[in-house]
Amino acid sequence: MIAFENVAYSYGGGELLSEVSLRLAPGSFHFLTGPSGAGKSTLLKLCYAELLPTAGRITLFDREVRSLDRDEVARMRRRIGVVHQDCQFLDHLPLATNVTLPAMVSGRSSANEDLQDLLNWVGLAPLADALPPQLSGGERQRAAVARAVIMSPDVVLADEPTGNLDWEMSLRLLTLLVELNKMGKTILIATHDLNLIRAAKQQVPARVLRIAKRRVQLAGADL
Amino acid sequence: MKILALTQFLRGDKQADRVVPPSGHTAWLTSFTAATMTFLAVFALALSLAAGRLAERWGDALARSATIRISAPAGQMDAQTRAVLDVLAITPGVERARAMDDAEQRALLEPWFGPNLPLDALPIPRLVEVTEDDTGYDAEGLRQRLAAEAPGAVLDDHTRWRKPLAVAAGRLRMLGITSILLIGASMAAMITLAANAALAANAQVIRVLRLVGARDAYIARAFVRRFTLRALAGSAIGAVAGMIGVALLPSADVAGGFLTGLGFQGAGWLLPFLIPPAAALVAFFATRFAAFRKLKELT
Repeated sequence: MIAFENVAYSYGGGELLSEVSLRLAPGSFHFLTGPSGAGKSTLLKLCYAELLPTAGRITLFDREVRSLDRDEVARMRRRIGVVHQDCQFLDHLPLATNVTLPAMVSGRSSANEDLQDLLNWVGLAPLADALPPQLSGGERQRAAVARAVIMSPDVVLADEPTGNLDWEMSLRLLTLLVELNKMGKTILIATHDLNLIRAAKQQVPARVLRIAKRRVQLAGADL
Repeated sequence: MKILALTQFLRGDKQADRVVPPSGHTAWLTSFTAATMTFLAVFALALSLAAGRLAERWGDALARSATIRISAPAGQMDAQTRAVLDVLAITPGVERARAMDDAEQRALLEPWFGPNLPLDALPIPRLVEVTEDDTGYDAEGLRQRLAAEAPGAVLDDHTRWRKPLAVAAGRLRMLGITSILLIGASMAAMITLAANAALAANAQVIRVLRLVGARDAYIARAFVRRFTLRALAGSAIGAVAGMIGVALLPSADVAGGFLTGLGFQGAGWLLPFLIPPAAALVAFFATRFAAFRKLKELT
């Protein structure tokens, strides 16, 4: 589904990631951990072609990212739900419209049927008509998760999706992602939250990847 | 663009239109630019059409006419006039010829010397108006015969001043057409700038749309449609205002001059209605070009 082969990424003269090789198989559940600034967000951006590697090869859905033109990248992204750390929205549109944005740009209307259920699940149904600037950090994060999963994408990439949430809401979102994973979706979550990882491992066979010294290693047994 | 795509573009996509936030500044700028440019284009069009009519009128009036001016002592004037008319009567290519009477000559001179011109007291030359037929006459041959029969007669076949007039009218027409083209180019440039500003101001919107899988064509369409419709609306207002301005110009019948004839005639009044669709097309291509270029920059 997503594969890295000896990938490096440099920025501003310094190498942020080096010799990264990993493979996210269909239906797998991975966590990505590491200290702040280690390159977790960068690795996620490489996964949906917002950044291109400076060396090595990244394959998305069996296509090498460098060979993709802009339209093909757009089509690939429709199969990937992304939860950004800074939760970007269209501030002039209500929350409900923002959540259905992936359906709008791909010309599908079926997502509207799931909208109410999804908003209820993330506890935002009463705020459906609110504008993003009116939402708190936690509400924005929940909305971002809802937007990432509304099209039932093949892959969900989430960058600190529970950073601003209380434990109860974090577990609710985790349950949502676990359910998607059980449906065969591939999940990759970058997080510092070890409790979240432990909670997930009780429900799914999640693997933990750790970024240290610019490289990605498999961790997990000690968590 | 295929017909289906054009129909879809005109019909629009309400949801897609909403993804671009309303931007008052660029909206106003685009509509205002389209309105003022169209207003100017209407006048340029009126100038071009009037110059065309003028060229035609001068051409028709001058091409087939000539004047013979007879300057002779008072005692010989009638004899030389008769001699000139006799020569003209047998000259091939001359359809008719007639000597202008005193009243006609007074009317010709009235604009310069006033109504009470003492024609008898002044050494005014006699004028003979010549109209040629379709075949035309041999001007050089006629000049030689006139020199032999009426030494005071000089043929003026209008060529000397017909040419500069025709050239001037042609250039005026070209000036009008060039002005319309320059106005269109200026409008394209200004709308491109406004579209660039709108795209730059909405970089965050573009980032979000890309994140959720929007293609460049989808993003561009939202901007292009908005700018095209603004240009169409602004241009329609400018066209109506320009036509009102042209209609308020003094009538050519009243004053009779070129400047007062600077209006539309008959079906010509329909021509300004072509400007708003043309402005919309200019806006469409200008914004489309700007949008795709900007979207490439915002990788």
